[in-house]
Amino acid sequence: MKYLPLIWANLWRKKTRTIFTLLSVAVAFLLYGALATLDYAFENPSAGVTGVDKLITTNKFSITLLLPFSDVQDIAAVPGVAVVTWLTWFGAYYQESKNFVFAVPIDTATYFDLHKDEFVVSDAQMAAFRNNRSGALVNSALMKKFGWHVGEKLPLHSTIWTQKSDGSLNWTFDIVGTFDAKDPTQASQQSSTVLFHYELFDEGRSFGKGQVGWFEERVVDPSQSPQISQKIDALFANSPNETKTQPAKDFAMSFLKQIGDVGFVLRAILGAVFFTLLFLTGNTMMQSVRERTPELAVLKTLGFSDAKVLGLVIGESLLLCVLAAVVGLAASYALIPVVHSVLQGVDLSHGEQPAGLGVAVLLAILVGTPPALRAMRLNVVDALMEKR
Amino acid sequence: MSETIVSLRNVVKHYTRGKQDVPVLDGLNLDIAKGEFVALMGPSGSGKTTLLNLIGGLDSPTSGEITVAGERLDRMSSGQLARWRARHVGFVFQFYNLMPMLNALRNVELPLLLTHLSASQRAANALAALTLVGIADRAKHKPGELSGGQAQRVAIARALVADATLLVCDEPTGDLDRKSADEILHLLQILNREHGKTIVIVTHDPKAAEFGSRSLHMDKGALLDAGTLAA
Repeated sequence: MKYLPLIWANLWRKKTRTIFTLLSVAVAFLLYGALATLDYAFENPSAGVTGVDKLITTNKFSITLLLPFSDVQDIAAVPGVAVVTWLTWFGAYYQESKNFVFAVPIDTATYFDLHKDEFVVSDAQMAAFRNNRSGALVNSALMKKFGWHVGEKLPLHSTIWTQKSDGSLNWTFDIVGTFDAKDPTQASQQSSTVLFHYELFDEGRSFGKGQVGWFEERVVDPSQSPQISQKIDALFANSPNETKTQPAKDFAMSFLKQIGDVGFVLRAILGAVFFTLLFLTGNTMMQSVRERTPELAVLKTLGFSDAKVLGLVIGESLLLCVLAAVVGLAASYALIPVVHSVLQGVDLSHGEQPAGLGVAVLLAILVGTPPALRAMRLNVVDALMEKR
Repeated sequence: MSETIVSLRNVVKHYTRGKQDVPVLDGLNLDIAKGEFVALMGPSGSGKTTLLNLIGGLDSPTSGEITVAGERLDRMSSGQLARWRARHVGFVFQFYNLMPMLNALRNVELPLLLTHLSASQRAANALAALTLVGIADRAKHKPGELSGGQAQRVAIARALVADATLLVCDEPTGDLDRKSADEILHLLQILNREHGKTIVIVTHDPKAAEFGSRSLHMDKGALLDAGTLAA
């Protein structure tokens, strides 16, 4: 600690350069914090998406390929399967494409049986939903977000499904009730959800009738899930619509990865940022040490050993990188609620920020070592001659 | 007879410049007694600074024996020399060589960072050294805010603060006007006479040499005559 004032003073020898370097490192760590948080979210989809007793069956080759509705009978007959329901990706937004809405057509009886522990709906509103074919149950947070009220019409635009009646992509529902997540940790997962009747959807769409996007199953014994998955997939082996059955958690991840290997893209961006940073900061440190050659020689003259001089330069690099990283990571931490509001349905962890400090230390050592070695190897007599 | 603090025997120093071997000192012998104030004079390239660097443990001889404060410097590794310098030698340079971003007090405190003194003890000792050289009132000023003479006083305080046995000064007045130079030389004389510091200075200035108790003349890597000046 006694060397800290000396290291601190050295760091601020060229104020402007230090400020710009600090800013660039801080921005890099802001990006790191934000992207690493997203990467974690994509690699670790919330364990609370569904319980361990739930499986999802999709087309073996792509979840964008549909499956025949008739498969439901075969799946339901597999020993160990308690309930089967079916859903299809509706791809909806409200008014503008930025207003994503996770509208999903459901079979009321089987869906609420399978997800009975996940929603809080009043009995009256549930009854109203069951009795109204064009009814919709809307998450209360979504209601609040767009200022909707029960009893109003809800116009949604599907990006996929045209209506049989007029070829339009516009669908209208009656808001008959609201729901909340029973488990508060799932609130973000459900915050953009609208549930409506599968019958209305299947009868109203101009194509794809009798086909579904995927099946969801609840198994009696979760420990039997792997065997049950195999049995379901075996039913449809060598058929035109082979299936892939997996735990719901894995499905969530593969669904997110439909838009590409998000993790790879994020890591590639981070890699590019840090590669650039390595050269930028390394060059700054090298230049800073080069300018201070006579001063480092004086320290050696006073009795500072080679190792101490090495330590001082590494210490300076550590102070620079860690200080900037703390600022950048704190900013990314503060940004998490903002990112979360944009990426609804993705759970964001705060756990990546501390790991960022480890990256900062590694960066400091990488960029500090070459100039530190140069300083350590400095010949005092030659360096003092330069000063003369 | 006074105790010998610096002893050089058959000291040879060669530098390598590219592929060329450049002889600088050639079989030099020298004794300096404790408490002496020696002025080392001679033309540029005569080997004065090289000799000073060897005495101060900044460089090692190609061959020969160098004993300073009872220790054989020619046998020491660079790490041992660094530790030895911290304990025994104070350096004063022509261009002061102060850390521009540290104030005078912090500059003087630098050698004490290598000791086990507490922060308050270090600060107290540094202030005492600044007081000794008559510049305590500028303790909080950075080198850029000091005149040449003041900066050199700070450098002398830094050389003294760890209670060095030997002060080696390379052209300490070379960057100063006559008045400031005389003040610095007078200060060095007081440190020599009243505080018993052994001082070796390299200078081109005959007037500066007059402040010493002995002057040595060098040419082409060898000592010429050695004279004793009236104190």
